[in-house]
Amino acid sequence: MSQSLDDISRQLKKRHRKSARMKWLSFGALLLAGVFLVLFLADMLIKGLPAFQQAYIQVEVNYSERASELPLAAVEADVRELVSRGYLRLIPNRMEANPDLLGTQRMEWVLADDEVDQYLQGADSSLSAKHKAVVDRLTEAGRAELQFNTGFFTNGDSKLPEMAGLASAAVGSVMLLIVTLAFAFPVGVMTAVYLEEFAPDNRFTRFIDVNINNLAAIPSILFGLLGLAIFINFFGAPRSSALAGGLTLGLMTLPIIIITARAALSSVPDSIRHAAFGVGATRWQTVRDHVLPLSMPGILTGSIIGMAQALGETAPLIIIGMIAFIPDAPTSFTQAATVLPAQIYTWASMPESAYVERTAAGIIVLLSVLITLNATAVYLRKKFEHRW
Amino acid sequence: MKRFAISSIGLAAVMAATMGTAYADNHTREQLRIVGSSTVFPFSSYVAEELGTTTEWPTPVVESTGSGGGMKLFCEGNGMDTPDITNASRRMKVSEFKRCQENGVTDITEAMVGYDGIAFAQSTTNDPIALTREQIAMALLEKVPQDGELVENPYTKWSEIDSSLPNREIRVYGPPTTSGTRDAFEELVLEAVTEDMDIYGGEGYTNIRKDGAYIDAGENDNLIVQKLENDTEAFGIFGYSFLEENADKISGASIDGVKPKPEAIGSGEYPVSRSLWFYIKNSHAEEVPAMADYVKLFMSDKMISDLGYLKGIGLIPMPEELLNEWQEKVADRVELKLSDLK
Repeated sequence: MSQSLDDISRQLKKRHRKSARMKWLSFGALLLAGVFLVLFLADMLIKGLPAFQQAYIQVEVNYSERASELPLAAVEADVRELVSRGYLRLIPNRMEANPDLLGTQRMEWVLADDEVDQYLQGADSSLSAKHKAVVDRLTEAGRAELQFNTGFFTNGDSKLPEMAGLASAAVGSVMLLIVTLAFAFPVGVMTAVYLEEFAPDNRFTRFIDVNINNLAAIPSILFGLLGLAIFINFFGAPRSSALAGGLTLGLMTLPIIIITARAALSSVPDSIRHAAFGVGATRWQTVRDHVLPLSMPGILTGSIIGMAQALGETAPLIIIGMIAFIPDAPTSFTQAATVLPAQIYTWASMPESAYVERTAAGIIVLLSVLITLNATAVYLRKKFEHRW
Repeated sequence: MKRFAISSIGLAAVMAATMGTAYADNHTREQLRIVGSSTVFPFSSYVAEELGTTTEWPTPVVESTGSGGGMKLFCEGNGMDTPDITNASRRMKVSEFKRCQENGVTDITEAMVGYDGIAFAQSTTNDPIALTREQIAMALLEKVPQDGELVENPYTKWSEIDSSLPNREIRVYGPPTTSGTRDAFEELVLEAVTEDMDIYGGEGYTNIRKDGAYIDAGENDNLIVQKLENDTEAFGIFGYSFLEENADKISGASIDGVKPKPEAIGSGEYPVSRSLWFYIKNSHAEEVPAMADYVKLFMSDKMISDLGYLKGIGLIPMPEELLNEWQEKVADRVELKLSDLK
């Protein structure tokens, strides 16, 4: 059976049409992913940006004898409900620390209640009509305004939305990453060096090889259970501490570091090793002086990506008790700490609308840090990359 | 590369040192550790924050583990690595008390802080409705009695259960199984109704129907409130504080003739209410000196009385007489006995 020219040209057209169709289909997939990304970012920005501003009002604070017992008495009745309780409750402490205040009256800019903040931002607010009128009056007199929310970056968590900030979670995250890096980096790199440079290629090392790849893929929550069993119950690391959390995340990051470090080591050409052996260097000298320095950019890139992953992780931390109300920043590795994603998770379940803003603002901050970390990784790779 | 080796060794040394201090910390502890119920969590952390900002003590760590999870951690032993206080949205169970005893946690003081009611609510566009617990159970159970037999729940409209009820489809938004509110609802409504009915074998039956009449709306009570605004035919199940905050949009059904009001919840007249508790491990009193101040602050009028701060975030206070009684009991650190729990 022979094909006519017509048949062939028809088939050709069909194939070309199919090719064009697949091109648009795959482009559509890209577009869909792009649209989701843009929607997500826009949603976060719209929801989160108001949290970077916070309402303050100017009130007359009366440091009377009575106010040191009953802080509410320090401000006039009509604005009592508008001032944050977080400010009022500290008045007695401030008076104790500074006895000169007693008997004085001052106009002060103070933190406003979250409902005042919501009202000034134009969102739904449960303020009564009477209080709204007071806020309007204050705004007109220039005594109520939105200022940059420095508290968001200097305070820890709080049950008063207007006081809640990211600072203690950020400190916790940094301490956690220090532990993670201190544990996972040396162990991971040395493992990779052994497997790549020293280990014989036999059934045992291949078995280990397969298992490391599997470890990189297991759900992170399992590392939480492992961390609870080993670090907390067996070694006695304190629950919720940066030490326990960092070691747990270190376990999770270990396979990533090993895999990337091995890839970096194996990309160093054998001619370099042969040259070193040729002048009588031992294997360790070869590795230490030549192979490792040459592969360091690749290893660092992998480690940074591993760290970025650890920074965004929450699941294993639930198990070891880091998802908790911990407003104080930790000062040592054994103190209770919380981390950025955990803070976002805690805020997301609170009913007040001010927390919804803060949740989104927290996500914006976390995303910015992650993007910076990944950009550093890309930069390092580009800068130090060797092409053989 | 030498530097790399040295810094690795240095880091290892730092870690060993921190491990060492962890061990030393095991004897006294400045920071109080609290675990337990997610319902009590907002109240407990509010008090914790107040303690942290207004006193010298560091803010206690409050972990939301659920009542049962908290009891498990609390009863593990007397070591300094176990929690000092556990919160609970129900009383300690006898089995939990025994577990505590077995592990040497014998000196426990019980404290009641107030109540929490569960609302069965609808959009305010409907007429007020009065339901009984039995009607609610019949609407929601997977199997119901009919002609002396247990059958798959056949009811699709409220009027089929009782002709006096409106001709509305049965559709209820409620919390998922992981929620304490769901536990309490199952116990106080479904179990309470079914354990008195011989057909269920004298035991509580709490399986909720899965044919779509009960809609699992997630842990977020705000979401259920929003759903009720749009879906005016439906009912929702959530904590009382959300009913109070959204009184302009939703209203609670009266259950067994009682409306969900703070007084009725406080007195126990409203049947779907529970009391909130925390338990103190007295053996830690000396090693964790912050505990005494925290307990005193939590039990103070400033926090849990009718004029207290916690009322503002949804706690239903006890009547004054009962409050005074509990304040005294806790101040004296009365030891919890098995006979109290039976």
